[in-house]
Amino acid sequence: MPLHFELVTPEKLVRSEGVYMVTVPGTEGDFGVLEGHSPLVSTLRDGDLLVFVTQAAQPATIRVQGGFAEVNERGLTVLAERAE
Amino acid sequence: MASLKALKLRIGSVKSTQKITKAMKTVAAAKLRRAQDAALAGRPYAERLEAVMASLASKVVISASSPKLLTGTGKDDRHLLVVVTSERGLAGGFNTNIVRAARRRADELIAAGKSVRFYIVGRKARAAINRYYPKLTLHDHDMSQAKTARFEDAHAIAQDLIARYEDDRFDVAHLFFSRFQSALVQEPTEKQLIPVPLAKGAAQAGSAAAVDYEPDEEAILADLLPKNVAIQIYGALLENQAGFYGSQMTAMDNATRNAGDMINRLTIQYNRTRQAAITTELVEIISGAEAL
Repeated sequence: MPLHFELVTPEKLVRSEGVYMVTVPGTEGDFGVLEGHSPLVSTLRDGDLLVFVTQAAQPATIRVQGGFAEVNERGLTVLAERAE
Repeated sequence: MASLKALKLRIGSVKSTQKITKAMKTVAAAKLRRAQDAALAGRPYAERLEAVMASLASKVVISASSPKLLTGTGKDDRHLLVVVTSERGLAGGFNTNIVRAARRRADELIAAGKSVRFYIVGRKARAAINRYYPKLTLHDHDMSQAKTARFEDAHAIAQDLIARYEDDRFDVAHLFFSRFQSALVQEPTEKQLIPVPLAKGAAQAGSAAAVDYEPDEEAILADLLPKNVAIQIYGALLENQAGFYGSQMTAMDNATRNAGDMINRLTIQYNRTRQAAITTELVEIISGAEAL
């Protein structure tokens, strides 16, 4: 079961896909989110989002600025003010 | 019957009007494309944020220290209607429909004995609201400098609203704008802006799994609540902009078609008049010749 991952900015929906794991730069430290992570809401610091599409794959890096991440039973949603 | 010269002038003037409406339609169509993309691209963020806010609001334990933006002032007496319209006209019933929705709501609230004030964004609402509800306008946000919907504007409006709210000037804020569905259909929409509307089914929130908050609940809420207000307003501005161009395009298309019909009618009338004049002239010449 992949993790449903969404990255959204005010301008557009950047990503919406199933991935293996995402490492999120939270205000109080980076955290990795896998499928079945417990519900969590965290603000973000400016940093890199690492997206592991599969367990073995090299992570894709997305730079994000400001915003927050929410993990719930449906997956991970990252609402960033800017992403590139 | 109108003289030939008058008819010719009339046709000329309708033709130049048609040129203008046609140009406006083309411009609106070009701008619509861009505004539509912006509105559609902006939707996911606003929707997700709203969903997160609502689920957060239903999960957070409400205490005396909870932010007022979330819990409300505990009263429901003073309503602020934020009416967002366009800066310009010539867009059919676009602005009228938004104002009508706001008026319906205002009348309901007034009938229920609540106090109602208006917060106006966009020039077109100003005249209408001031006419129906004189002296009820709390603030008038000037958007005449803005060519496109900008986040800074939404942010400034949100800051202003929140400052007034913190100042205890109103209890509930409603947002009125037009939701863009297609170039032909724009739906006047009302949304509760402040306090955050609770998710449906909030009653069984207690059974939901406990959520971890980093850094903590209050810091997140303090960050999120104003952001949510700004984003909702930004969404309204984007939707409005797309809707405005859609509506303008339709209105100008109709105007162009009407002008075309009018030109046809006038041309027929012109030709008939011309023929009648020629016939009269011929009759005069012939009878003149016969008299010799």
